[in-house]
Amino acid sequence: MQSGVWRNVFLFVCLAAFVLIIFRLLGTAYGVRMLVEASCYAILALGLTIQWGYAGLFNAGVMGFIAAAAFVTMFLTFPVNVAFWHSDGPALLARALGYLLVGAAATVLLARSRRWGVPGLLATPAAVVAAIITYIAVTNAVEPAAAHIVAASGFVGGLGLPVVLGWLAGAFVAGCLAWVIGRICLGLQSDYLAIATLGIAEIVKAVLKNEEWLTRGVLTVSPLPWPVPGPHELGFVLSRAAYLSLTAIIIVLIYVLLERAWHAPWGRMMRAIRDNATAAEAMGKDVNARRLEIFVLGNAIIGLGGAALVSFAGIFDPQSFTPLNHTFLIWVMVILGGAGNNLGAIFGALFVYCIWVMSEPAALFLFDAAGNWGQEVFGWEPSDLQSRALQMRVFVIGLTISLVLRFAPRGLIPEKVVRDE
Amino acid sequence: MSELVFFINYVVIGGVVISSVYAMGAIGVTLVFAILRFAHFAHADLMTAGAMFSLVLAVTFPGIDAATGLPAAFVLLPVAMALTAVLAIGLDRAFYRPLRLAGVRSVVLVMASIGVTLMLQGAIRLFAGIHARPLYVASRKDVYRIPVPFEGARDIVITEPQIMLVATITVAVIALHLFLTRTRIGKAMRAMSDNPDLARISGINSEHVVWATWIIGGALAAAAGTLLSLDVALKPDLSFNLLLPIFAAAIVGGVGKPYGALVGGFLVGFAESLAVFNWSILLRPITPLLPEWIEIPRQLAVVSTEYKIVVPFFILVAVLVWRPTGVFRGRIL
Amino acid sequence: MSLLEMKGVVAGYGGAAILKGVDISIDAEGIGVIVGPNGAGKSTALKAVFGLLHVSEGSIEFDGRDVTNAAPESLVRMGLSFVPQEFNVFPTLTVEENLEMGAYIRRDDLRPALQSVYAMFPPLAGKRHQPAGELSGGQRQMVAIGRALMTEPRLLLLDEPTAGLSPRFLSEIFERIVAINKAGVGILMVEQNARQALAIAHKGFVLANGRNLFTDTGEALLANPEVAKAFLGG
Repeated sequence: MQSGVWRNVFLFVCLAAFVLIIFRLLGTAYGVRMLVEASCYAILALGLTIQWGYAGLFNAGVMGFIAAAAFVTMFLTFPVNVAFWHSDGPALLARALGYLLVGAAATVLLARSRRWGVPGLLATPAAVVAAIITYIAVTNAVEPAAAHIVAASGFVGGLGLPVVLGWLAGAFVAGCLAWVIGRICLGLQSDYLAIATLGIAEIVKAVLKNEEWLTRGVLTVSPLPWPVPGPHELGFVLSRAAYLSLTAIIIVLIYVLLERAWHAPWGRMMRAIRDNATAAEAMGKDVNARRLEIFVLGNAIIGLGGAALVSFAGIFDPQSFTPLNHTFLIWVMVILGGAGNNLGAIFGALFVYCIWVMSEPAALFLFDAAGNWGQEVFGWEPSDLQSRALQMRVFVIGLTISLVLRFAPRGLIPEKVVRDE
Repeated sequence: MSELVFFINYVVIGGVVISSVYAMGAIGVTLVFAILRFAHFAHADLMTAGAMFSLVLAVTFPGIDAATGLPAAFVLLPVAMALTAVLAIGLDRAFYRPLRLAGVRSVVLVMASIGVTLMLQGAIRLFAGIHARPLYVASRKDVYRIPVPFEGARDIVITEPQIMLVATITVAVIALHLFLTRTRIGKAMRAMSDNPDLARISGINSEHVVWATWIIGGALAAAAGTLLSLDVALKPDLSFNLLLPIFAAAIVGGVGKPYGALVGGFLVGFAESLAVFNWSILLRPITPLLPEWIEIPRQLAVVSTEYKIVVPFFILVAVLVWRPTGVFRGRIL
Repeated sequence: MSLLEMKGVVAGYGGAAILKGVDISIDAEGIGVIVGPNGAGKSTALKAVFGLLHVSEGSIEFDGRDVTNAAPESLVRMGLSFVPQEFNVFPTLTVEENLEMGAYIRRDDLRPALQSVYAMFPPLAGKRHQPAGELSGGQRQMVAIGRALMTEPRLLLLDEPTAGLSPRFLSEIFERIVAINKAGVGILMVEQNARQALAIAHKGFVLANGRNLFTDTGEALLANPEVAKAFLGG
């Protein structure tokens, strides 16, 4: 494995050189900021690569898990909105929550009542009716609550808790969301999981965008607190560096844990399932339960990375979550790094993110130059050049994915080649 | 009465329009499922690309509007359909076929289609910008008002593109039926969908069937995208709102079954229209009959318009959980 | 002159080889039958001929031309036809459409061929517009064989044509196979019902563990006590 080790060292050295160039060109403060964001993406990439590499799951809704975790973090860490707690808001919400819990419990009980001898013909419609009544009751309770909250206090505010706790809570909620989705969708084929996760992500984003009482919607919430002293205390470079050390520690911890698990009996079983699920099942392994584990764990890690990313940005803006930046960019990182290859994921994330960051000014520069040239030569007056320049990045990401898959399709499967016939 | 007309305009006519669009997209998706056995995520962007081709054609030949009385985009639709078919075949040759030949899992093909989606989206917005444009370039949309013979009632409103849409989908479905049941390649397509190994053994040329699949899928996508854009406007983020519904329609109808996709399109389209409709409007006339303590809320829709996307998603998940084979008992992949 | 000649064929599904050096030759006028215990590689031999799995060593010649690892489409054009054991019809297509698909490579008038198939299998004539998936097992088998006959092949490969059929259909199918052969189509078939199959065979091949064990006329194999003891249980 000597050559492999040297190759890895070489790649990281090249990456370091590339980063140093960026530092020289754009300044230390900017460079450190880029590194922090890249490190958050590294966490995201780790979470995604284990889903694909360990369990063969195609999660096309990473954005949803990031957004959900970011919201939880925002809610937990943003300072308390005293006006909210003094208004009728909490009571009204509590009532709605009560309806939700009672209704959900009733629905689940009725759905499962077949076990206690209730005929199926009665149980299913009863459960459906219970679900409908719950939905109506909850929406009718939330509406006045929402209106009151927005009028009286703007939005619910936060709980003012420590930031790292917020991150962990975000990871936990992302994991729970993954559990619910996974229970429903993981028994089906991967193509369907992709569609389902895509849909979930859009729904999560829609909820966060529209429920102003919860998130201020398009008005956004800022500033989000940091786990380390902020720029006004330590200056840009030092505070960002402190943030970076925190995320770096997280990366190392996750990496070490994953590597140890992979080489343990649990990892061997996961590999057996990944390489030949039918055989594993015949041997009595519960394939779907293991896949669910990976799905939950992977998305919890993604939640952690997402929380760190949004906290760093300092602003919670539901519209800032896009499938491009928060799902497919990470997929490119995972594909380039080699699926299931944890070190590769980290490398892929750092490398791709640096290129991504550089591509924005590069694209604008190119389009500006082309626009000027076009104006001189053809008398063009193209409008909205800026936004079109950014579309170039979308195209390039798509092209990257297509080309990598085209020329190295087998490269996606890390250790063993599985030919599907 | 006026409320009933409102219902007809928004739910019945609106439902038929959006259902037809979903159905045409879903038929293409389900055929790709049947023959190529993967979820073609880039299909909604093929619809946008088709509309873009129509726009370019309409801008290039503005004289057609005056000459024929019909919008250029519609007259030149067959050309746009052909261009989109060529685009689809080109994408297949460049990005999907090599993966097929390498024998990868279908999930990898789905990933490739996402790469294609991003490329199409980026390229379209690069050239056309991000703002909506009308597809009526040299003429105006004809709006037909059918007066209802009741006092004070509003008119039933049907637009020219809506008529064209219904006409197109009718012709398309009949043509597809004839193709699948009367032509050699059509039957070969059904055979390959049934049993690809036996099709190979019988000497059926799978490449020809693959071409036919992309041609039909691309042409239908172009028609749907163009006609929808004629009725509303060409929005570059068209694909975003179409992807989930057409997949829901294809899966509801049974994967691999074109007639199922047709039915699925209407199921999803009408479910959406009915769910988003403000039912309190229909209840208004009977307000005087109700006791005073019953107050009808102003907004009585099942979901609000911002959450419209929940409807096809919910249908999708419900079908996958309770009846994965769909209405027409298609494949479960 | 042999129509089909397999020499020293080694083939498998990518991992271990199932056929480890098999020789089979069939001429145009006869019925050849491959028998042997389960796992002997009987079906694999047919699939190897038809290009459905990879032949790593040895050669297969059809009518003097090398067809080792050739694509199924080209074999059909040369006059070879294959009836798989399972999934051998298009279930949602009608009987007549199944037959039409069998003749996909032909561009001429199919009616004479259709007529002769319906003459060979009269029960199908009345069901020509019924989806093949709705037919009984025996009738489906007829559709499967009929489909393969639509190209008017020189050699017909059959993989366990009587598998899963009731005893009454067994004799009927064998009768038809003899009739097909008399009409000028060479037959090479794999069969579990070894006794009845060898009774109509001009040439028999007993395979075991991926190799030839005995090769002789059908009569001789039936009379051979070793063969009878080991393999003619059914």
